Amino acid sequence: MADKQVLMQVRNLKKYFPITRGIVVQREVGAIKAVDDISFDVYQGETLGLVGESGCGKSTTGRTILQLYRPTAGNVHFEGTDLVNIKGEELRRMRRRMQMIFQDPYASLNPRMTVGNIIGEPLEVHGIAKGKERRERVQELLRVVGLNPYFVNRYPHEFSGGQRQRIGVARALALNPAFIVCDEPISALDVSIQAQVVNLLEDLQAEFGLTYLFIAHDLSMVRHISTRVAVMYLGKIVELTDRESLYLHPLHPYTKALLSAVPIPDPVVEEKRQRIILEGDVPSPANPPKGCNFSTRCPVAIERCFEEEPEFREISSEHWCACHLV
Amino acid sequence: MTSLLEVKELKTRFFTQDGVVNAVNGVSYTLGEGEALGIVGESGCGKSVSVLSIMRLIPDPPGKIVGGEVMFEGRNLLEMTADEIRSIRGNKIAMIFQDPMTSLNPVLTIGRQVSEALELHMGMDKKEARQRTVELLEMVGIPEAVDRVDDYPHQFSGGMRQRVMIAMGLSCNPQILIADEPTTALDVTIQAQIVELVKRLREEIGMAVIWITHDLGIIAGFAEKVIVMYAGFIVEAAQVKELYGNPRHPYTIALLGSLPRLDATTHEKLVSIEGLPPDLIALPKGCPFAARCEYVLDKCLEENPSLEPVGPNHYIACWVDVTGGAA
Repeated sequence: MADKQVLMQVRNLKKYFPITRGIVVQREVGAIKAVDDISFDVYQGETLGLVGESGCGKSTTGRTILQLYRPTAGNVHFEGTDLVNIKGEELRRMRRRMQMIFQDPYASLNPRMTVGNIIGEPLEVHGIAKGKERRERVQELLRVVGLNPYFVNRYPHEFSGGQRQRIGVARALALNPAFIVCDEPISALDVSIQAQVVNLLEDLQAEFGLTYLFIAHDLSMVRHISTRVAVMYLGKIVELTDRESLYLHPLHPYTKALLSAVPIPDPVVEEKRQRIILEGDVPSPANPPKGCNFSTRCPVAIERCFEEEPEFREISSEHWCACHLV
Repeated sequence: MTSLLEVKELKTRFFTQDGVVNAVNGVSYTLGEGEALGIVGESGCGKSVSVLSIMRLIPDPPGKIVGGEVMFEGRNLLEMTADEIRSIRGNKIAMIFQDPMTSLNPVLTIGRQVSEALELHMGMDKKEARQRTVELLEMVGIPEAVDRVDDYPHQFSGGMRQRVMIAMGLSCNPQILIADEPTTALDVTIQAQIVELVKRLREEIGMAVIWITHDLGIIAGFAEKVIVMYAGFIVEAAQVKELYGNPRHPYTIALLGSLPRLDATTHEKLVSIEGLPPDLIALPKGCPFAARCEYVLDKCLEENPSLEPVGPNHYIACWVDVTGGAA
C-alpha cells in the first residue's frame, strides 16, 4: 500500500439494544452492548477483515456502519459525509455507494422473485436503468459473477448455495458501490465452493477497485483475503493491524489464544503446536465484566485488568491493541 | 492392532418421491482398538449416513441399508434384532451429534438425561446413577457439577451442552465413540476445548473414536487414519501423515488446495473445484468426481474405479496416478 486514502472513518461507534420488561408499558431494564465504543479507519481499496467469535458484535458493526441499524452513539464518515447525521433521501443516495453481501444465501434472496428482478431491483429503485437497459445490465452482472446470463428468469430455489451467493454478489455490485460489507459470505458453503466465492470476490476487487469489510469467524480465510485485520471480543476491537503483523506477532492475549485454537490442515505442524486453551465461555454482553472485557478468561490477567478498562492505543505504527500488558 | 469394527461394502439408499438417493455406495473400512479414525467430506457425501447406518439409526422408511455387513465382536450389527442392537447402541458404541442445542431434551434435567443410560445399560439404581453422573460431568470439565446436574439444557452454553453430550456418550465406557461433526456449531476457542477433551478422554479410557467432519484441519491434529468420502464413495484412505503429505486422489489434492492456511507465508490463489458434487439420485456411470476432475480420462466417464492400494495402508479410487507415486 503506497499512499493510504481513508474511505471510511468510524469513531466511537456504539450500538446498544435495549432489554425491556413489561407488556403494556415497556420499561428499559438494561442494554445489550453489542458494539461498545469502537474506532477504526477503512482504507481505499483494502480488505479489512473483522474476526471474532459468535456474539462478539462483528455483524452488528457491519450493519451499524451501513446504517441498517442506527448507532446509539458515534460517527461514521464516508466519502465526506457523516452517515449518522443524514436520513431519508440523502441517506438513500449514499446507499448506492455501500452495499452488503449476506451470510445465508438461502434466506437473503426472496424466493418469489426471479434472479433478474433480485439483481435489477436496485437499478430501478435508484432510477438508474429500466426496461431493456436494465435487462442488459443484469445479464452483464450475471456474467461478471460467473453465472449464465440466461438465468435471469429463474428463481433462487433452482440454484445451489454457491450459485446463490454469486447472485447475492451480483445484486450488491449492481449499483457500482465503492464499499461492500461481506458478512460471513462463505460460512454457509462447502469447502470446495468457498474457494470459488473467495476467488470471485478477489477478482472483482481487482477489477472494480472495491473496498471490503470482510466479516468472518474463520481466521485462516481472513488471513487469506485481508489486507488488515481487526479482532473483536465482546463488543470491542481488541487488536487491529496489518495481516502479517497480526498473524506473526499478535499482541493481545485473546488474539494469541484465538490463533492457537485454529487447526492447521497438516498433521506434522499440528503435532508440534502448543495450544492456549481458554477456559470458560464469553460473558454476556448485557453484563460485561468490570475492567477489561477479556479479564475473566485471560490467562495472563493482572489485578489492574479487573479494575481498569485498557485503552485502545497505537502500540507501534499501524498496530493498535487494547491491553494493559502490552 | 486388532480390528474392533469391520465395515464391509455398506450400502444405504433413501427411497424418496423423487427417486432413489444413493447415499452410501459400498463403503468398507476397519477400525482398530483404540484407534482414531477421521472421515472427511463435504455435505451430502454420505459421511453421516454411513455411521448412522452402523448404529442402525437410519429412519426406515425412507432409508434402507441395502447391502454390506458391519462386524463388531464377531457379530453383524445389521442382522441383529432391535433389542440386540439397543443393548449395543449407547453402551458399547456411543454417538455424539453435531448440534448440541437440539440433541438434548429441553424439558428434562441434565442429570436425568445422563443417568438414563446408566440405569438402562449398567443396571444402576437412581442414587448410584446420580453419583456417577456427577463424576462424568466433572470428567468432561463442567464446573460445580454437583449443583448443575439439576439444571436444564437452556441453562448451559453451546460448549457446555456438547460436554454434556460427551458425558452421555461416555457414561457406559464405550469401546467406540462416534462423533458426528461435534464442533461444527461451536466457536473456534470452544472447538479447541472439545477436541482437547476428546483427545484426553481417549487416552484415559482407551476407546476408539470415529470423528466425522468437513474440516480437514481438525482431523490433522486428531486422527491416526483418515478416510475421504465423495458422493457416497470412499475416494482415498490413508494414515494421517501420508494423506496430508502425499495425497493421491485428485479430489483430496484439490480439497487441500482449496483451504487457506493460517500459517501460510505466501499469498497464493486458492484452488477452486469448479462445478458441484453429483446428484445422488442420478449418479454418473463412471467416477463420481469425473465431471469436476482436471485429470479426467475417457475411462473415468465409463467406469467407476474401485479402491486400490497405492502404498502401505494407502488406498485410492482413481484411474489416473496423479502424482506418479512421488512423495
